[in-house]
Amino acid sequence: MSATTDERFLRTASPLRRLLSRPELGSVVGAIAVFCCFALVADSFLRASSLGTVLYASSTIGIMAVPVALLMIGGEFDLSAGVLVTSSALVSSMFSYQMTANVWVGVGVSLLVTLAVGAFNGLVLARTRLPSFIVTLGTFLMLTGMNLGFTKLIGGTVSTRTIADMEGFSSARALFASTLTVGGVPVKATVVWWLALVALGSWILLRTRAGNWIFAVGGNERAARAVGVPVAGTKTGLYMGVAFGAWVCGQHLLFSYDVVQSGEGVGNELIYIIAAVIGGCLITGGHGSAVGSAVGALLFGMTSKGIVFAEWNPDWFKFFLGAMLLLATLLNTWVRRRAEAVK
Amino acid sequence: MTRTADRAPLVELSGVGKHYGNVRALEGVSLRVHAGEVTCVLGDNGAGKSTLIKIIAGLHQHDGGTLALEGEATRLSSPREALDRGIATVHQDLAVVPLMPVWRNFFLGSEPRKGTGPFKRMDVDLMRRTTRAELLRMGIDLRDVDQPIGTLSGGERQCVAIARAVYFGAKVLVLDEPTAALGVKQSGVVLKYVAAARDRGLGVVLITHNPHHAYLVGDRFVLLKRGATVGNHERDGITLDELTRQMAGGNELDDLRHELQRD
Repeated sequence: MSATTDERFLRTASPLRRLLSRPELGSVVGAIAVFCCFALVADSFLRASSLGTVLYASSTIGIMAVPVALLMIGGEFDLSAGVLVTSSALVSSMFSYQMTANVWVGVGVSLLVTLAVGAFNGLVLARTRLPSFIVTLGTFLMLTGMNLGFTKLIGGTVSTRTIADMEGFSSARALFASTLTVGGVPVKATVVWWLALVALGSWILLRTRAGNWIFAVGGNERAARAVGVPVAGTKTGLYMGVAFGAWVCGQHLLFSYDVVQSGEGVGNELIYIIAAVIGGCLITGGHGSAVGSAVGALLFGMTSKGIVFAEWNPDWFKFFLGAMLLLATLLNTWVRRRAEAVK
Repeated sequence: MTRTADRAPLVELSGVGKHYGNVRALEGVSLRVHAGEVTCVLGDNGAGKSTLIKIIAGLHQHDGGTLALEGEATRLSSPREALDRGIATVHQDLAVVPLMPVWRNFFLGSEPRKGTGPFKRMDVDLMRRTTRAELLRMGIDLRDVDQPIGTLSGGERQCVAIARAVYFGAKVLVLDEPTAALGVKQSGVVLKYVAAARDRGLGVVLITHNPHHAYLVGDRFVLLKRGATVGNHERDGITLDELTRQMAGGNELDDLRHELQRD
């Protein structure tokens, strides 16, 4: 009898505490503040077309922020994520062009190659037990070099040839780079991909066994190993998740235009990490959410485009980004201290 | 000990040794664990207690002697294999993931699932209910199984880990210094659960350096020193005073007392 009363009491008493311990709390508060700020100072910010622009900018970050956030919850980084997007687009484009194959063949080959790079990152990490910072910094540099090297070697220039006139181009473009209109707002295909990945990421984290393992390997790897969690497998899976995101982004990059610049993507890996951290992922692992990474990406999109709509000097963008990152991290650290405090 | 004489012990180590490179961590250690009994392993820092635990838990492999489970000589290649053979280990420092809710920790590595194909998912309701019910059975009234396990006290965390092992049908429970970081009252609580697990028919290996705690629940006592066995006693064969004296250094302590004696 007393137990049930107890439980009811707690169910009514704890919502505030639950809310405070949500990883995405800080980013949601920040996103609302930034939205209100730009809605007030920039008249054009609330227009349907502007909203579409903001969503598009957010989605290209957000597609990668979801798997990067899951990886960070699992306790690791991927510095090669930014250039892997470019690699994925290059493989797809060059394979189709050189083999004069249907572009869908290139898209398929690109998926395999990109997933293989993800698996490579994961396996090297698991085998050598080196910090992921070093392992993926190595992959980052190698991919950067290979992107430029192979593109010049095969095509003679730093960009690929156009594949716009090839078989399957229009259907691939429909899947990766079309624009729908929903309630007057132009919605890019990437936004749909983004939302689907957020839903998938949340499902994995909250409802599947793999999600439990991700939290565990990031929160306390030795404890996870001791109770029989396949640590290496979980981490490799996470790196392959990042690779999948890179493949989606890369195909979007290719099919929005029809050529790919081989030097693109450098520096984006940090943006994905920032979105995940603003969204409440602990940089040390074990805590975070997919929804948070989406809010982090949205904050990013709103700030980068809002500054343009407000006709401010875009030089200030990085300043706001830095300030948001710092505030979000401070809040998250505070939350973690509360959670880890031993009575 | 006639009630256990007719059955092979759950775990039996005979002359087990382990070297790390040139360093001898363990040599010629023997111990037996029977169902419904507590075998205590006592020793000072560096006596080889951790190495012994790692061999029984499957984290390390022994390189001398034999390890027999229910009479069958074997070598445990991973913690997973040890778990599958019914050996659950509660490590002193790595028992739980602090940031994860209690119910996620309780089922970590053995999550029950429902549904099929891509919709195969953890049975979260069952996990929550079971965690609460199992902890209640062990006498822990946890009001919110969603709180991070790091917010529980050290004793409570040990108890969650013990309850988890019992629930998952462990036949042997290995406890690494469960009372080392705890106060007197919390130690008492943990020892109560050790006794509860023993009464449910589990074989318990209790690693400790506290002879008082060991004597409260132990049936056999194995004393380790610098990787070797220096004493192997049944409860009838030793008193608490003698156990304490041997733990404190035995003859060495007598020598020390003699040296430090004031004229």
